[in-house]
Amino acid sequence: MGTSRLPIKNLLRKPGRTAALVLLTALLAASVFGGSVVVGSLRSGLQSLEARLGADIIVMPAEAESKVSFKNMLLQGTTGAFYMDAAVLDEVRAAQGVQIAAPQTFLASLKADCCAIKVQIIGIDPDVDFTVKPWIDERYAQGLGDMEVAVGCKVTAGVGETLKIYEQYTRVVAKLAETGTGLDTAVYCNMDTMQKLLAAAEAKGVSHKISSGSDVISAVYVKVKDGADVAQVNSWLNGHIRKVTAVRARSMFTDVSDSLSGIARAARALIGAVWALALVILLVAFAMMIHERRREFAVLRLLGVSRRGLRAEILAETALCGLAGALLGVGVAALGVFPFTTLIETKLGLPYLTPDAGTLLALAGGTVLATLLVGLLAGAWAAARLSRTDPGATLREGA
Amino acid sequence: MLRAENLSMRYFRRTGQANLFYAVKDVDLELCPGEVALLTGRSGSGKTTLLHMLAGLLTPSEGKVWLEDTDLYALPDADLSRLRNRRFGVIPQGRSAVDTLTVLENVLLPQQLRGEKGDVENALRWLDALGIANLRDARPAELSGGELRRMAIARALAGNPDILLADEPTGDLDDENTAAVLSLLRKSAVEEGKAVLLVTHDSEALPYGTRIYRMESGFLRGEDADG
Repeated sequence: MGTSRLPIKNLLRKPGRTAALVLLTALLAASVFGGSVVVGSLRSGLQSLEARLGADIIVMPAEAESKVSFKNMLLQGTTGAFYMDAAVLDEVRAAQGVQIAAPQTFLASLKADCCAIKVQIIGIDPDVDFTVKPWIDERYAQGLGDMEVAVGCKVTAGVGETLKIYEQYTRVVAKLAETGTGLDTAVYCNMDTMQKLLAAAEAKGVSHKISSGSDVISAVYVKVKDGADVAQVNSWLNGHIRKVTAVRARSMFTDVSDSLSGIARAARALIGAVWALALVILLVAFAMMIHERRREFAVLRLLGVSRRGLRAEILAETALCGLAGALLGVGVAALGVFPFTTLIETKLGLPYLTPDAGTLLALAGGTVLATLLVGLLAGAWAAARLSRTDPGATLREGA
Repeated sequence: MLRAENLSMRYFRRTGQANLFYAVKDVDLELCPGEVALLTGRSGSGKTTLLHMLAGLLTPSEGKVWLEDTDLYALPDADLSRLRNRRFGVIPQGRSAVDTLTVLENVLLPQQLRGEKGDVENALRWLDALGIANLRDARPAELSGGELRRMAIARALAGNPDILLADEPTGDLDDENTAAVLSLLRKSAVEEGKAVLLVTHDSEALPYGTRIYRMESGFLRGEDADG
């Protein structure tokens, strides 16, 4: 056996003591991994949303915010629509400092006989769109054709299926990558398809007309020229184009970003507190365990185990406990977080995108390593104290 | 074989006027192969402290312990530990079992700590000689004080050391087992050439000693036995 199997025997044959140490380290690992995944998902969600928008300014009808929260449409997938004259697009393009102006038109489908599902439908102009098109291109580079749609990852229809919208049959050609935002529940088409869907909706009594005979759009996404002042362009648009509101995209999500920072700060503080507490508890637990077993360790010294060997024995036990606890904690946190992402997203009301597998593995690995180090630190401290004592003194003390 | 030279152990106590206290003072002692040395004396006279210093378990305040030409306390800890494992069999007072191991595993432990597999037959022979072979798979928590003591003796003997240092080895034993243990220890010395030191209060041990020492307030007084 040497001393190599002694730690395993010690752990297995004292299941109560071992379970207590493993659970303690599992608590530490679960809080670190769970907290990191939630905070990381919120960050990914916000980054994804910002990347998808990619616009400096969004121009929409002045009454849009009173009809439906544009932010909720983007964050939570709330359906809704508002319209303005398509001529606004030309006015925006003519503004000084505007590099690209891309229109989008919204239509909310109904959960009724006319439609397969209730979703937000977004019409884009593939020739100028710089927000959604690159995202669609990742999955379907041919460009959306007539009556073809791309669907967000949370839309139940799959590629090749037919989606009925206002009695019109559209073909799903792409399912888009997850963003963790309301964009995941939307359906995307080109402007020609959107015009047909708008007409079909009109026939069903869903009005979108703002004046007879004019084309409509819902929003214009603006990218300003390099060196142009976004605030000045935004101010100019608000001052010179009637019946519209120009909003800086970043300011729209300032409160989201603030909430996210607050949550991240609270999570970090909580994780820090749990770490500090767990470190103290582990130090005390290991110190108590070693104190309780000091006679046994003195006997090992008496039988020929060196100070170094004894430290290795204690560290092996703490490492095994730490490893088991870390793996258990990561597993429990994974079970407590991953199946409930939708619930967390809904409760927080913030974009939530679970990081990719590589990031998750790195987080899990980092958590296991950190937990192991804390366990080893606690064990090393207790082992160092013990190995300084003469075994003869301990044997006398407990005789 | 094992020689103590001017060995002292002092402690500081915070009570009374004289706070410097010697548990063992200026002890010279030699243990030779084939000899059974009995160390008697009152409680607190320094017997156990002396035994621990001889075993390399307690660093003396002054003096040296020589095993042949080796100064024990001049050795690095790893070398001293290895030496203790190979050449010493120590039977301490009180419980000395590793609780998570069975009786047999405890007896085999010194050999396995050397990296050897452990001689199970030999271990069982010693357990049998001490009347606890039937407890080979029992855990220490299931054993009585006397059985634990015999397990510790079997462990020391199974390791085949050159020097046996036993602290009250018959403390928890009945008369029959006391006689058996003392016979085994004497036989180890006389027939196998081991050097044996027995710390004891037990007057029954006196006939088994080849040399008898008495500790008085840390000082060693010697007297010969007739063997």
